[in-house]
Amino acid sequence: MTTTFQLNGKTTTLDADPNMPLLWAVREVAGLHGTKFGCGMALCGACTVHLDGKAIRSCVTPLSTVAGRQITTIEGLQSKRAKAVQAAWINLQVPQCGYCQSGQIMSATALLETNPAPTDADIDGAMSGNICRCATYSRIRAAIHAAADTIKA
Amino acid sequence: MTRNTFAAARPTRRDFLKEAGTVTAAALTIGFEWGGTMRRAFAGPVARFPDATFIPNAFLRIGSDDSVTVIAKHVEMGQGAYTGIATIVAEELDADWSRVRVESAPADAKRYANLVFGTLQGTGGSSAMANSWMQLREAGGKARAMLLAAAAKEWKVPASELTVEQGIVSHAAGKRQASFGALVRTAAALPVPDTVQLKDPKNFKLIGRHAPRVDAAAKSDGTAQFTLDVVLPGMLVALLKRPPLFGATVKSFDATAALAVPGVVKVVQVPRGVAVIAKGFWAARQGRDALHIEWDDSKAEKRSSAALMKEYRRLAEQPALPARKDGDAAQAIKDASRQVSASYEFPYLAHAPMEPLDAVVKLTPTSCEIWAGDQFQTVDQGNAARTAGLDPQQVSIHTLFAGGSFGRRANPGSDYIVEAVSIAKAYGADGTPIKLQWTREDDIHGGLYRPMYFHKLEAGLNAQGELIGWRHVIVGQSITVDTPFAAGFIKNGVDATSVEGAANIPYAIPNIKVDLSTTTTGVPVLWWRVVGSSHTTFAVEAFIDEVAHAAGQDGFAFRRKLLAHQPRMKAVLELAAEKAGWSSAPLPKGKGRGIAVAEAFKTYVAQVAEVSVGADGQVKVDRVVCAVDCGTPINPDIITAQMEGGIGFGLGAVLYGAITLKDGRIEQDNFNGYRVLRINEMPKVEVHIVPSAEPPTGVGEPGVAPLGPAVANAIFAATGKRIHVLPFANHGAA
Repeated sequence: MTTTFQLNGKTTTLDADPNMPLLWAVREVAGLHGTKFGCGMALCGACTVHLDGKAIRSCVTPLSTVAGRQITTIEGLQSKRAKAVQAAWINLQVPQCGYCQSGQIMSATALLETNPAPTDADIDGAMSGNICRCATYSRIRAAIHAAADTIKA
Repeated sequence: MTRNTFAAARPTRRDFLKEAGTVTAAALTIGFEWGGTMRRAFAGPVARFPDATFIPNAFLRIGSDDSVTVIAKHVEMGQGAYTGIATIVAEELDADWSRVRVESAPADAKRYANLVFGTLQGTGGSSAMANSWMQLREAGGKARAMLLAAAAKEWKVPASELTVEQGIVSHAAGKRQASFGALVRTAAALPVPDTVQLKDPKNFKLIGRHAPRVDAAAKSDGTAQFTLDVVLPGMLVALLKRPPLFGATVKSFDATAALAVPGVVKVVQVPRGVAVIAKGFWAARQGRDALHIEWDDSKAEKRSSAALMKEYRRLAEQPALPARKDGDAAQAIKDASRQVSASYEFPYLAHAPMEPLDAVVKLTPTSCEIWAGDQFQTVDQGNAARTAGLDPQQVSIHTLFAGGSFGRRANPGSDYIVEAVSIAKAYGADGTPIKLQWTREDDIHGGLYRPMYFHKLEAGLNAQGELIGWRHVIVGQSITVDTPFAAGFIKNGVDATSVEGAANIPYAIPNIKVDLSTTTTGVPVLWWRVVGSSHTTFAVEAFIDEVAHAAGQDGFAFRRKLLAHQPRMKAVLELAAEKAGWSSAPLPKGKGRGIAVAEAFKTYVAQVAEVSVGADGQVKVDRVVCAVDCGTPINPDIITAQMEGGIGFGLGAVLYGAITLKDGRIEQDNFNGYRVLRINEMPKVEVHIVPSAEPPTGVGEPGVAPLGPAVANAIFAATGKRIHVLPFANHGAA
């Protein structure tokens, strides 16, 4: 069975079990590996992608539910705000093991797309679903503020 | 396969020299001998592995395109090993940092042993920088000398008139310049010098300054390659159903329903359970869910952790084996004017790295190729070979980025590697690549936990309030017993990793007795970030705070006086206190400040934690000030990052971390039951690095050690309540 949706701006048809979580469809069928598997239960955020611009957990999102909709993965980030986030991640040397960082960046970008000047409380609200076992949290917070400053400038 | 740059065959020095006479030679590989004898902690298993001494190693490749490739013998699992290794080489080489890249070394203990481990290739014990320091300085320095000699030869000038900066060799008088790449051919034909003059540290340009992480960009755009991302032609994905109780085995199974799932290719029984092999994760997952297995529980561990702890408490009152004995602690405490006592209980902890364990194995009757975020290459090579029925030389390992480990990926039984090899073998060893993927539940249920421990402490104070007697009994499992590491760590029945941080208590106390009672359970255990100090430092530093309080003294001043003969430890304690604005004056109501200090892996760390405790008892750690002395600071920003990360990792553990058993079954499944720290709980962290010219030590683990007791002591300052049973959440404190 096939499902057609927009993947990183391109019309994409995947032939896969419609119940397959989007995470595995993106990774194993579409071959995009930036989105990671961490918990399989929407508890850690490593699998975060954008569905019509909103951050969602792809590990619990059946492929069938994204038919006709827009999915953006880390590979498809192109907006000015997304680029500001990624640049801040590098400038502030956020990643350690790096495994959760695609998900962190997807959540941070979704936050800044709707709220270009988030407070610490806004960051807590948007980012507390994303676990980093290396605990790079201080730098994630600083990088989101830095990206917000870039957007403003 | 896609994007796996580590699979490319690398020229050995011999291969290169064969090529060197031809115009196709494009790379200079430096080989040299290392005669260092840094064997200490891991001295035990040496006889079981080949001796690395006097065998040439290769750590560097310079291309005619000016690229400088540093070969990393250590895995990059987050702690910055790749960047640190590259910094050391590039410093002595005077390379252009922007042209430096890092490639993972193959599994080859002869060239790539961890010199702290002896003859094992592997990463752990916060040793990557400590053991690489002189080895890689020499590697870089000798390469630089050869490039200089090459320029001198080409330009017919004395090498002493040449300078090197950022990958460019210059002769000022002759107005000549050449990049490294232009000198590669000539340099490759020159002999490797026997000795080399290393830089005076005052001339360091990268060490001690800011060399950005070599992996930051790839880890910010999704291109960093983890084992999860390995794809090979025809690769299948396997999930393994393991027994619900440790020690249970498969009695029988019915694979009919599993095989009916579209995409499932084969179901095989292996020693650790039943594996479903499929054309992707989702099919394998559904197939595994559909398996019917009957388990033989007759030899399984069926006790509960509460029952185990009850037994540990009883054992703490029984005779135990001595780990330290100075004077007569029992008598001193008996005769003291004041006695203090407390006990501390620590749960099992899972490592729970973000990347669930995974490994790809391509097995044929004569070869075994492994892709993994491999932390223990020599051990894994040996265990894979035994499982496959091959020689270790027939096992090759491609070490990829590991999505965290905290010790988990280095285990003496190579559990996840052996599982993957056994599945590939049961599949038919026909060269089909098979990726074994653990789920988070597999990880949380999978054992190899930080052991559960019980600590009982007693102290005696004389009339002047001086600490004159210290008695410490530790009860818990050994992480090295029945492993090849036992001989190196266990002496007279005492596992050094169970008592480190306690037997070597730094405080000047005339009478000290530390005893260990080692228990046996069916729960598999392993080192966990900062190893023994993950519990011993808590016990020692929380208790010394109780003793200081009983003596009516300030916690900082009390410790400081007892550290007169520990200058480095005293210095970090003083620095943390100073930067935190330590004072014995109480903070406003509901707020508290606590201090703790530790030495782990020869790195000294002190932390001051400030907490707020709400009316409901909720604890919020507001700020942690950290002072660290890790010898020569190679990369200050990475040191800072590791202290930040260690603090966050340690805080999650003391607030929430607990793996518990009910009738042998693990009660947690995923990040809901096994809570870890989240961003809203991360304190503000300030890190201060002590300037030092001592040899560098490690920073991956030590930052974890003092965090728990610093926070516990701060909670006491805020509330008057001591925490004796971890995690804090058990007390409604989190």
